[in-house]
Amino acid sequence: MTTAADDLDPALRAEALASLLIERGLVDEGVMNNFIKTYELSVGPMNGAKVVARAWIDPSYRERLLADGTGAIAELGFKGPQGEHIVVLENTPGVHHVVVCTLCSCYPWPVLGLPPSWYKDPSYRSRIVREPRAVLAEFGLELGEDVTIRVFDSSSEVRYMVLPLRPAGTEGLSEEELAALVTRDAMVGVAQAGTP
Amino acid sequence: MGGKQGFGHVPPLTPEPPFAEPWEGKAFALALLSIRAAGANTPAFRYALERVPPADYLASYYHRWLIASQIMLADSGVLSAEQVTARAARLTGADTAEPGPPELNKPQMPSGGPGNLRTLDTPPAFAVGDRVRTADLQTAGHTRLPGYVRRRTGTVTAIRPAAIFPDSAAQFEGENPQHCYAVEFDSRELWGTEAEPFHLSIDLFEPYLERVT
Repeated sequence: MTTAADDLDPALRAEALASLLIERGLVDEGVMNNFIKTYELSVGPMNGAKVVARAWIDPSYRERLLADGTGAIAELGFKGPQGEHIVVLENTPGVHHVVVCTLCSCYPWPVLGLPPSWYKDPSYRSRIVREPRAVLAEFGLELGEDVTIRVFDSSSEVRYMVLPLRPAGTEGLSEEELAALVTRDAMVGVAQAGTP
Repeated sequence: MGGKQGFGHVPPLTPEPPFAEPWEGKAFALALLSIRAAGANTPAFRYALERVPPADYLASYYHRWLIASQIMLADSGVLSAEQVTARAARLTGADTAEPGPPELNKPQMPSGGPGNLRTLDTPPAFAVGDRVRTADLQTAGHTRLPGYVRRRTGTVTAIRPAAIFPDSAAQFEGENPQHCYAVEFDSRELWGTEAEPFHLSIDLFEPYLERVT
């Protein structure tokens, strides 16, 4: 197989590219470091978890979220790159949704942050659109035969987030306690939300 | 990669930080900033990713972002591969002469505004419930019609926002905005009668579709 001609170590390539672009005035070092910090600290699945918890306790918010995901998510202050148009897919006892990007790694950054390794793995990208029930079982999610599976391939500018089923026995929990049960994996659709 | 066989088991769902190593964070930020420097065109970046040599593509996610950034910057004449190699050598202490920058060849594609969504004056050709068949597209360039849904029949389930057409924008041939639809396929239409029963929904641009009557 062909490889890049120079065979550079990735860390050294990053260093070389950064130093050239900064020197040319095309990249500002402060802006670059801010991007890194933002996606390390402020943008991640804790944002989506807040959206889900709100939808679980507030029926009118849930309704807005399903009708206009982007707008309802922005109500909680979450917007930005890879979130121009977010559609929220509601799981029910009879229908389970799962999201993939077979062409690259499209992912709803404002609510979930950057995609995890398994989401970018060729095995997930190739198989979830061909044998989702088998792949979900490999991840540890066994769905009943009566559950309809809908797989969403993110091939346009639309980004998808799953609204997982609210776990049983969570009636008395606060919004914050509920958010703690919502995982990244549940919002992509490869797991259920946790139980208290 | 949709439907390709031979990649084995899915990895475990382990927690992990956004960037496993500091250079990955740098690669991520540099890619976003390189997209800006090379003409603010995300389809062009995706097209560059598709041209990363296969072994490099599979070896490391953020390394392929770096290589794709280099491809995109070289395409637009902002930076050459030779400059990067020479700078890397100097950073490791070699006394390598550095070539000057290439001739700037930055494409000037008129922009219809920020982001990739656009509003069209023409109405969408298809409505929810319409049966559609996907094209037998054999492009040499970039497209968002994956191989596994070509020449298949499905149903329009939603009209998505119109957006710049990746197939033309990726090569700076113009935004050429198009209507976009969520199209749902039965798994047996994609993978044959023995397939697991499920529904596959994918967003497809109008030029990829024709009506089934």
